[in-house]
Amino acid sequence: MTAMLAQLLNGLDKGGAYALIALGLTLVFGTLGVVNFAHGALFMLGCFCAVTFRYLITIETVTVDPTKLTPWGSPVEVRTPLVQNWFGDFGAVMVDYSVPISLILAVPTMLAIGIAMERGLIKHFYKRTHAEQILVTFGLAIVLQEVVKAFFGANPYPQPIPTDLRSAADIGILLGLEPRTLTYPWWRIIYLAFSLFVIGGVFAFLQFTTFGMVVRAGMADRETVGLMGIDIDRRFTIVFGLAAVVAGVAGVMYTPLLPPNYHLGMDFLVLSFVVVVVGGMGSLPGAVVAGFLLGILQSIASMTEIKSLIPGIDQVIIYLVAVIILLVLPRGLMGRRGVMES
Amino acid sequence: MFSLSRKDLTSLVVLAAIVLTMPIWLAPFGAAYPGLMQKFAIYAIFAVGFNILFGLTGYLSFGHAAFVGIGSYTAVWSFKLLTMDILPAMIFAVIISGLFALVIGYFCLRRTGIYFSILTLAFAQMCYSLAYSVLTPLTNGETGLLLAGNDPRYIDKMFGVTYGSGLPTPTFLGTTLGGYGGFYLTAIVLIVIFFISQKIFASPFGMALRGIKSNQTRMMYTGFNTKPYTLAAFVVSGMIAGLAGALLSVTDPLAGTERMRWTESGNVVLMTILGGVGTLFGPIVGAWLIKYFENIFSAINSNMLNNFFSFLPDGIQSLMVTVTSKFVGEGWHLTLGLMFVLIVVFLPGGLVEGAKRVAARFDRKKPRTGPAPAPQPAE
Amino acid sequence: MTKFHMNRRTLIKKAGLGAAALSTPYFFTKGAWADSFCNNPDTVGKIIFGFNVPQTGSYAEEGLEQLSGYKLAIKHLNGEGDGGLLNTFSPKTLKGNGVLGRKVEYVTGDTQTNTDAARDGARRMIERDGVIMVTGCVTTGEAVAQQSLCQEMGVIYMSGLTHGNETTGKDKRRYGFRHYFNAHQTGIAIAPILEREYGKERRAYHITADYNWGWSQEASMKAATEALGWETVAAIRTPLGLGDFSQYLTPVAHSGADILIINHYGHDMVNSLPQAVQFGLRERMANDKQFEIIVPMFSELMAVGAGDAVKGIIGTQNWNWQLDDAGSQAFTKSYGEEYGVPPSQSAHTGYVQALLYADAVERAGTFYPPEVIKALEGFEFDGMGNGPTLYRAEDHQCMKEVLVVRGNENPSSRFDVLNLIGKTPREEATYDPSIFEGELGPYEPNQC
Repeated sequence: MTAMLAQLLNGLDKGGAYALIALGLTLVFGTLGVVNFAHGALFMLGCFCAVTFRYLITIETVTVDPTKLTPWGSPVEVRTPLVQNWFGDFGAVMVDYSVPISLILAVPTMLAIGIAMERGLIKHFYKRTHAEQILVTFGLAIVLQEVVKAFFGANPYPQPIPTDLRSAADIGILLGLEPRTLTYPWWRIIYLAFSLFVIGGVFAFLQFTTFGMVVRAGMADRETVGLMGIDIDRRFTIVFGLAAVVAGVAGVMYTPLLPPNYHLGMDFLVLSFVVVVVGGMGSLPGAVVAGFLLGILQSIASMTEIKSLIPGIDQVIIYLVAVIILLVLPRGLMGRRGVMES
Repeated sequence: MFSLSRKDLTSLVVLAAIVLTMPIWLAPFGAAYPGLMQKFAIYAIFAVGFNILFGLTGYLSFGHAAFVGIGSYTAVWSFKLLTMDILPAMIFAVIISGLFALVIGYFCLRRTGIYFSILTLAFAQMCYSLAYSVLTPLTNGETGLLLAGNDPRYIDKMFGVTYGSGLPTPTFLGTTLGGYGGFYLTAIVLIVIFFISQKIFASPFGMALRGIKSNQTRMMYTGFNTKPYTLAAFVVSGMIAGLAGALLSVTDPLAGTERMRWTESGNVVLMTILGGVGTLFGPIVGAWLIKYFENIFSAINSNMLNNFFSFLPDGIQSLMVTVTSKFVGEGWHLTLGLMFVLIVVFLPGGLVEGAKRVAARFDRKKPRTGPAPAPQPAE
Repeated sequence: MTKFHMNRRTLIKKAGLGAAALSTPYFFTKGAWADSFCNNPDTVGKIIFGFNVPQTGSYAEEGLEQLSGYKLAIKHLNGEGDGGLLNTFSPKTLKGNGVLGRKVEYVTGDTQTNTDAARDGARRMIERDGVIMVTGCVTTGEAVAQQSLCQEMGVIYMSGLTHGNETTGKDKRRYGFRHYFNAHQTGIAIAPILEREYGKERRAYHITADYNWGWSQEASMKAATEALGWETVAAIRTPLGLGDFSQYLTPVAHSGADILIINHYGHDMVNSLPQAVQFGLRERMANDKQFEIIVPMFSELMAVGAGDAVKGIIGTQNWNWQLDDAGSQAFTKSYGEEYGVPPSQSAHTGYVQALLYADAVERAGTFYPPEVIKALEGFEFDGMGNGPTLYRAEDHQCMKEVLVVRGNENPSSRFDVLNLIGKTPREEATYDPSIFEGELGPYEPNQC
């Protein structure tokens, strides 16, 4: 029973991550009608915002101690971190909490990257075929990841969880179980809450603001909105920036769970596409529901009991579910008619 | 049945000439060695087959690498169980991949657009994941399916064919292929497949497929059952992919799981789009370009660059080496990505289509030699 | 249209040149076929080594380190630099004047951590560049793919970093040689240290990458730990490259196990180890014992990638730059002077393999592969950083001591993340080669 509960919690946690990663992708699909193969790269750039921030606040002054030598004969370097020198304990806390703090860096950076991408390249591809959108965004994704590789190398950069949040939370006590029977890592619970918060924020933004209303109208019928004298292009630029921010912050908070390397985006690309399509093209609620559904099913399929019944089920569960759902429901869970079907 | 229009015949001859003279004209580019020329021919076959589905019907499959993998495994198993002759291997590979294509196509073609793409992707990823793990007895997982000395080879045994010490190599009616033999085999298959693709493009079947691409609903309203046509196109392109997979194993008897990964499916999509979707030559050009980058650009190292720029003064030489080394060797992906972006921005429709447009523009600028058509008076 | 004609004319010109250029080497190889071999340096005119490592994809970093090792080996072979291990290598035959008195050159390739790309690269080196030897890899898939190709072509392959049993087990080849240790040896080597550190009564939970290497690692670890008296609670298989392994880690805490053995390598391990630590496993008491995590196979780059999670974790290594024998110190010194950082085991095994091949040619007095193979088979040497080592004739696996390491609790830099805690002597790490099937095949190649 507790095993099942723990596994469900894990499924929710995975689902939150999937939904969050897919959210920006479906936003771009639904509004701009662009198949963005660079979405994974945006997620990866978000991760490297955290890496860069940590690098910046752990910059050290290097002094050379000529009396001691390394095994290969060069003098030993003595390093003193600057931030700690300047700010003392506060600096130490800043270094400790570098991942959440780096959101401050990530949001404007990703917004700028997103807007630059849309203005510089994506804008010219609204009326081109999906095939050409795929080619150009895939090319862009490769360029972005190679640039990151040139700066950071190919090895992963582990990002620490703040010391206070490193332990596992005793969820069981809340449910009236014995202590230490059902525990789950704090950071994963935080990630789940964070993803719900961001998803809720995006929905509220689209639902309750005038800007969101115009964007939703644009999603439904772009031409009519344009005919009404609304500068829909400018808004769509901001939507693309928003999608980049969502992908970026999803990446930042994910870094402690998965040490990021330059290749990470490609690994998440296929998954995020599957989530979006299972949810239904252009449907934001669909993507969220599909994210949680796939997360929970994947988690349950990985249990030993299930695996021994159907060998290899955990290898294919996501794709199997995608196939079944798409065959039963023509447009995924909540897809609208006519989006990306031609 | 074998007749072609004058234009098609010309392009077939041109292609045959280009392909068969590869060992000569590829030499200055450092690509005239059998291993790469075989890959050029095989991936061109794959892309031409893919184009029959994608170029004609507009259905974008993201799972065609699965058929390549299935073709490869079938061919190697045919070598292991039956005979080292390549004909049965190729025939079985085409049949088995055709069967898989029939089943997968039957389900996937119930949906259109991106839903179709994701369905094919899902099927292919399932094949890949299972081949890597649970199906290892059949596929040998990560290390790839290899020939072994104690393989049964029942047909060979029946006819008393032996291969001396060591592992046998694939043969064609009793003769060993070797590097250049393998290349000419794949080259001839490429020409045949190109011919088939021409026939399909020019046939009523091809017209029907184009009709489906431009407006499937309208086709259906005219009382036209589109399903058998798209399924046929899917199966044909799946069989050609299987044939390409078999040729990979024929020229190099190993079948690895990575051939089925989504990145490989993505590669053939990129090749086709890069060269020009729906054009006859486009997919071939795209396939060659990507394979060239993968094999030649990735092998350039700073030593070679130093030699290349050795005519420059020292300072400029090292500068040039530092700059260019970012784009070759370990940085060859960067060049590839930049090339994708530049081509799609400046040559819409891919290389072949783009080249045509550029040529047309130059043509227009030339003064017309013939008399300009006289303006018709409005009456 | 004029443009097109121009192109065709130049094409025809080039065609003539190309045909002439092509027919020349053709003529030579054909004439020399009977008494010669693939890419004989006498006909090629140069001695070229082929370094085929992943330079893109997820293992690029390990591959590039290996390449650095190879480049250094070329320098030392040609008498540049301080000579490195040439000075400590015994028996001493290499003189630092190239191989058989001629300078060595090299070409490079990118395997993309993909068996097809690895074979393409190796074929290019053999068919176009005329290499006499191919070397390098970061996974067992690449190693097996390349060495089977090299067997067919008649070119010797010296594998790089490959830990799966297949390379010198089921898929061993006469033309393939491995200096690196393997999964089976890891099991043998780690067991005594595990007994010393964690006792005889433990309940182990395995998390295993679901492919050949993972399975052989799991089998070796099970055999070794069960022989100590440990009980295996469960062994669960995980898809390769999954990223987030949390669904497999969630049940561990409730399973009654007190040891978690992570049979993952590379990025799987870099991801799963920190995730396991985040689940609070190492702060747990289970069965009145401290819960522990073991990662049987380590590399420095993986340890750096896993960050703090690696502290206190026990695993095995092929070589470590902190070793204090003369060979290790000489290599660390010359590598550090060249690149400014200490070498990883990936760089070390690459460097050593290049030297071992050169040395075998020197001793055989010819590049003729069957003779070189015979020179390597059963070769007993020392001074390469791993103590006295034997290149075993039966399976082309190096028999040497295996290092057991533990993640450093207080690393002073990113280069001392692993501490040496034990060495399993060569006698104990030696096993019977006949436990794996497969055969080496003939000395004579059947084509080129």
